[in-house]
Amino acid sequence: MTKEFFSRGFLGRRREVTEAGRLPPGQYLTDGFPVLSAGPTPYTPKDRWDFTVVGAVETPQRWTWDEFQKLPRETVTADIHCVTKWSKFDTRWSGFSLDMLLATAKPQGQYLLAFCDGGYVTNLPLADVTNNKAWIVDTYDGAPLPPEHGGPVRLLIPHLYFWKSAKWVRGLRIVEEDQPGFWESLGYHNYGDPWKEQRYQGD
Amino acid sequence: MTSDEQHLDGNAAGGILGQIFAFEMTTAEVNCANCDAVGPIGAALVYAMAMGTIIRCPSCGEALMRITHGPQRFWIDFSGTRLMQLAATE
Amino acid sequence: MERTALPRRLEWQLGQVVAIVDETPRTRSLLLDVPNWPGHTAGQHVDVRLTAEDGYQAQRSYSIASPPEERNVVLTVERLEDGEVSPYLTEVLQEGDQLELRGPIGGYFTWRVADGGPLLLIGGGSGIVPLMAMLRHRAAQHSAVPARLLYSSRAFEEIIYRQELAQLAAADPTLMVTHTLTRQQPPDWTGYRRRIDRAMLAEVAWPPSEQPQAFVCGPTALVESVASALVDLGHEALRVKTERFGPSGGTA
Repeated sequence: MTKEFFSRGFLGRRREVTEAGRLPPGQYLTDGFPVLSAGPTPYTPKDRWDFTVVGAVETPQRWTWDEFQKLPRETVTADIHCVTKWSKFDTRWSGFSLDMLLATAKPQGQYLLAFCDGGYVTNLPLADVTNNKAWIVDTYDGAPLPPEHGGPVRLLIPHLYFWKSAKWVRGLRIVEEDQPGFWESLGYHNYGDPWKEQRYQGD
Repeated sequence: MTSDEQHLDGNAAGGILGQIFAFEMTTAEVNCANCDAVGPIGAALVYAMAMGTIIRCPSCGEALMRITHGPQRFWIDFSGTRLMQLAATE
Repeated sequence: MERTALPRRLEWQLGQVVAIVDETPRTRSLLLDVPNWPGHTAGQHVDVRLTAEDGYQAQRSYSIASPPEERNVVLTVERLEDGEVSPYLTEVLQEGDQLELRGPIGGYFTWRVADGGPLLLIGGGSGIVPLMAMLRHRAAQHSAVPARLLYSSRAFEEIIYRQELAQLAAADPTLMVTHTLTRQQPPDWTGYRRRIDRAMLAEVAWPPSEQPQAFVCGPTALVESVASALVDLGHEALRVKTERFGPSGGTA
């Protein structure tokens, strides 16, 4: 019954997609930027903030906020896709390439865990955060990244569902074996390719 | 705990809990596995979004339950709940 | 603890809109005939789900305004400016249309006459809805459980159920209704003209020694400040039940 029912006259808050092939399967285009959180927004004062690359690396790395700000920046414009079916085109960010951050650490494992203030964790293959695919960003749409959207700093990995772009990220732990993170341990897909609609385990 | 605009009260989890469990769950009493506080789910903090429902202990903030809903299945992580007490019909 | 008569899992079902009542310029009540409705308790809510023809869905929660004594399920919806669901429910939905819903939901934020009192109800904006279900239930049962309602609205014209509340209070010496208007007041207004605060609660609510059961409902900011003020005044935290609607004051 409920599968065939539809609400007469309901359109919802969606935008029309004019470019064929730009929207992954099952997604809807939005103008807004929905906030989805599994817990309260964490706040770490900048003088206590740091970002580290640890684990199976040749040289563990640590940057304070000031040290981070001295690193070479990149601007990134990307389409982003949330597993809850909304997509947003041409989002603009500014931050630091993970290639650069990892190069100094020299990873020796094939996977990583991104760990965050508030306890969120997500897992990724190293191959998906290298070769110009991933950034740590502190600026959205020309302004400092707001806390509710992951500020001061979040991951940006546009080629995967946006739950992999972890908010409030504080570091990366390189590991030899893949370990499912927060949502991955709750039935979501371990990899999350929006173009193959890999939303849940078994997809 | 600091005030946080983003959470709702335990009732907000009533819908998904009601789809999974036959019993009325917002009055169920739970023991937090992290801090041992006891209270009804109705008094817990609910972070309910399209990705999943996270029910957190109002005393320490740790997740009591994490629930997600995929095609034709639910996943429920109870590891944050040490004990749950429900009214029985007899 | 809640005793469930018959354990069952919630499922989505269809209700039909049998009547529409405009309550204020921005709120509308929907009277629904829900064929397999199992009955409900005052304070419970339903989840409403809208589905577009292409499968796009949006879902929100709405408190039930009708008391358990009424056959129809009544939802009172406030239209939010940037809402996705409330504009549809308050502007597009017509008599005869069907609405998909799931419920009744919630056993924690509920009140029955048998639960006793005194009953302290504090609401802001559309937070009045579940509290109204409780007052309607109380009236339908001709209950003399002492009850006090403190209701915050932005302006006189935006007081939801204004006339019905006035009638209930006029006819019943055991019910006291107090309004506060936070943004605009009519010229002859002698009531409160500010947000609910600790001082107002100290004047309006029972003292903690009376051990009232308190229900607080509305926008997150109001619920948080009222709940902490009540505990600050000495009310037991366990006797203060809250249902927050989220930062925008509604569920959109």
